[in-house]
Amino acid sequence: MNQDILVAILATAITAGTPILFAALGEILAERAGVLNLGVEGMMLVGAVCGFICALQTANPWAGMFLAMLAGGLLALIHAFLTVTMKANQVVSGLALTMFGTGLSGYLGKSYVGTALPVPFENYTVPVLGNIPLLGPVFFQHDPMVYISYLLVPALWFLIFRTKAGLHMRAVGENPAAADSVGVNVFLTRYIYVIAGGMLTGIGGAYLSLNYVPSWMENMTAGRGWIAVALVIFATWNPVHALWGSYLFGGIDALGFRLQTLNVLVSPYFLKMLPYLLTIAVLILVTRRNMVNRIGSPRALGLPYDREER
Amino acid sequence: MTAPYLVELKNITKRFPGVVANDGVDFNVRKGEIHVLLGENGSGKSTLMSVLAGLYRPDKGEIVVDGTRRVFRSPRDAIKAGIGMIHQHFKLIDSLTVAENVILGDDSTPPVLRLQDIQRKLEELSKKYGLHINPSSMVWQLSLGEKQRVEIVKMLYRGSRVLVLDEPTAVLTPQETHELFHILREMAKAGRGIVLITHKMQEVMEIADRVTVLRRGKVVATLTREQINRRELAWLMVGRDVVIQYKKKGSPGNKKVLEVDNVHCLSDLGRPCLKGVSFTVHSGEIFGIAGVAGNGQRELAEVITGLRPVTGGKIMIDGIDTTGLSPRQIIDRRVAYVPDDRLGTGLVPGLSAVDNFMLKSYRQSVLRRGPLLNKRAAYQNSRELVKQFEIQISSLDAPVKLMSGGNLQRLLLAREITSEPLLLVAVYPIRGLDIKATQSVHNILLQQRDKGVAILLISEDLDELFKLSDRIGVIYDGRITGIMPAEMTDVEEVGLLMMGSAGTGEMAT
Ligand SMILES: Nc1ncnc2c1ncn2[C@@H]1O[C@H](COP(=O)(O)OP(=O)(O)O)[C@@H](O)[C@H]1O
Ligand SMILES: [Mg+2]
Repeated sequence: MNQDILVAILATAITAGTPILFAALGEILAERAGVLNLGVEGMMLVGAVCGFICALQTANPWAGMFLAMLAGGLLALIHAFLTVTMKANQVVSGLALTMFGTGLSGYLGKSYVGTALPVPFENYTVPVLGNIPLLGPVFFQHDPMVYISYLLVPALWFLIFRTKAGLHMRAVGENPAAADSVGVNVFLTRYIYVIAGGMLTGIGGAYLSLNYVPSWMENMTAGRGWIAVALVIFATWNPVHALWGSYLFGGIDALGFRLQTLNVLVSPYFLKMLPYLLTIAVLILVTRRNMVNRIGSPRALGLPYDREER
Repeated sequence: MTAPYLVELKNITKRFPGVVANDGVDFNVRKGEIHVLLGENGSGKSTLMSVLAGLYRPDKGEIVVDGTRRVFRSPRDAIKAGIGMIHQHFKLIDSLTVAENVILGDDSTPPVLRLQDIQRKLEELSKKYGLHINPSSMVWQLSLGEKQRVEIVKMLYRGSRVLVLDEPTAVLTPQETHELFHILREMAKAGRGIVLITHKMQEVMEIADRVTVLRRGKVVATLTREQINRRELAWLMVGRDVVIQYKKKGSPGNKKVLEVDNVHCLSDLGRPCLKGVSFTVHSGEIFGIAGVAGNGQRELAEVITGLRPVTGGKIMIDGIDTTGLSPRQIIDRRVAYVPDDRLGTGLVPGLSAVDNFMLKSYRQSVLRRGPLLNKRAAYQNSRELVKQFEIQISSLDAPVKLMSGGNLQRLLLAREITSEPLLLVAVYPIRGLDIKATQSVHNILLQQRDKGVAILLISEDLDELFKLSDRIGVIYDGRITGIMPAEMTDVEEVGLLMMGSAGTGEMAT
């Protein structure tokens, strides 16, 4: 394999990992606040289709991104209402959201299947950094959304671990009764991060339809939402780890794609299976590691909070 | 010269499904006083103070702070009004540091945390009041006593003028209790109002400036220091004279039923928990284990019953080595277990009394018809047990979680005892029970002892241990620091051993 191919694969790893990264970051926010949202796949799909339609109509990919963000946030709002206010089971609500999102996106996007997007995001080469050999083309010759995700990772890390808001988020996810007793608004906090998480997830979906592919196909996320959910565990609820994890999955995705075009004698079905196999393998390894290091999920993850309940 | 009221609760009523926890209660706190709220378990003390702390909304009544009426929509409002409550079950977040816990929810915290500044501030605060804490330790590493200090510092940091402590001494040794009381007196002198919740008369005598007695959700009296008298308090609290008399102890047999030899195990966090525990329990003997909660008591019970792996040492039951056997195999050696959380480990909350009774005995041929359960026999069996153990129950089919603590404990004991055990391991068997239920549980234990059962009684209540035990062993930091015949020691000595100081008791096994 010569260097150009390697660079190309690595650069694709980044773009392939970016939608997963956005979704995983969103899920980290929701789970840190104690709400498990299994609706990631559904929110991504709705984000993808809304973003695509809007970008097509307005001929502006940024408008598409914006609408995808709103759509993701809106679906997450439903989840927040059901699980935080109505205290419904989070697993059931999340699964329902995925099914609903899958159906809704298929319906909305019916007449757009196969249409090509005339106005995808353009790639910008970052001055100076983009010209570094190897690193430049891998990391710094991408579209603006990739750069936004670069900034988002340290920003969210800072939010979670270094700010008052982040302290409240973690407290609500670990022990809502304790947080409540010192005056943290558990319900508001959970709403905020579930919705913010949904917005990021919607963006992740739209990145697929507006940039990575770019067109709309039914079910185009192909399980990436579920990979993002697994990735959150792999990342131990830490945005920085989510970054590496996403690119690892993106890399496998890109590699499979490349090998196919290189006519390697491996069944294309097997190659397509790789990211999912990796998910299972990684989950097994990581769960064992987390058990040894006593890193657990946020304690209150999945549990509704009721102030007067014992 | 009476000081002004800091807060007043007027005519507070709070209902929970099926109970009126507070019924028209008046309560107030003056500047500079220690006001004890006394009552049996379940009399509504915690509920009343949770209303004051903004956690529960009262159904009726009003809260007056410094003469103005206030409505608390959440704990936040109460904190702003200067009311700080330390709950019975600490409200701390294990995975955060002490400093992070203290500043949590505080409005003066800047948006970007500067933990260094905060840690310095905390060190000053803790020095000023003699409350030793380390701001950078993680809460899960702390002992219960340390956690309590963190809770107090947390409230002081918020500038609470009224400090409510819900049964703070339950997790402390007698000596630590004295220390806490000293600190409380200092804080009262500095002009704060202190509310201390307790069900121990001793503590009223020791510290109260005033005492309010609750019974079944109603105030039965508010007395000042001069009016307090032990006998009358007991009468007010229970509503009848309490004369608890236990049958004279029989003489224990010599048969060794349980032999624990240099046993080690790990805690839930994977750190050494039991560090070489040895003792023996004979047939017909109650062996009490005293100690501050969290020194390895639960783990000791779990090791004996096979729920927790042993990492070193040996356990013999009735002369047979049971180290490393499964809980089921140990049950078959006729070991009964009354765990500390009766509704979590002991019983299945959502199942009926019949199903709970059957959990341990469904394999017996009488309760089976081939692979199916013989429900008729099970009901028959359950009805007998309910009658024999005087369990009040609305229906055999109702989920047991609806039952009161005393009835649950009798249900659990009934199930465990019908297996005719050789050894009964009971962990905090009277925790959360009122005096009547306590008495009935104790009678059951004594009956079993008289029948020759070896009983390992783990308790945090020294009164209970002294009343029931033939011998008392003290556990501290995963080690037995002393074993003494009950009549040859006293609360002071046991208290010292509970803090880890070397005892004078002989180390006999
Ligand atoms: N959150 C709750 N939900 C339902 N019932 C409760 C709740 N808290 C307390 N109770 C009931 O209210 C009564 C008073 O309880 P509590 O205030 O905890 O008593 P105390 O603190 O004096 O032991 C008890 O009968 C208890 O079962
Ligand atoms: Mg209480």
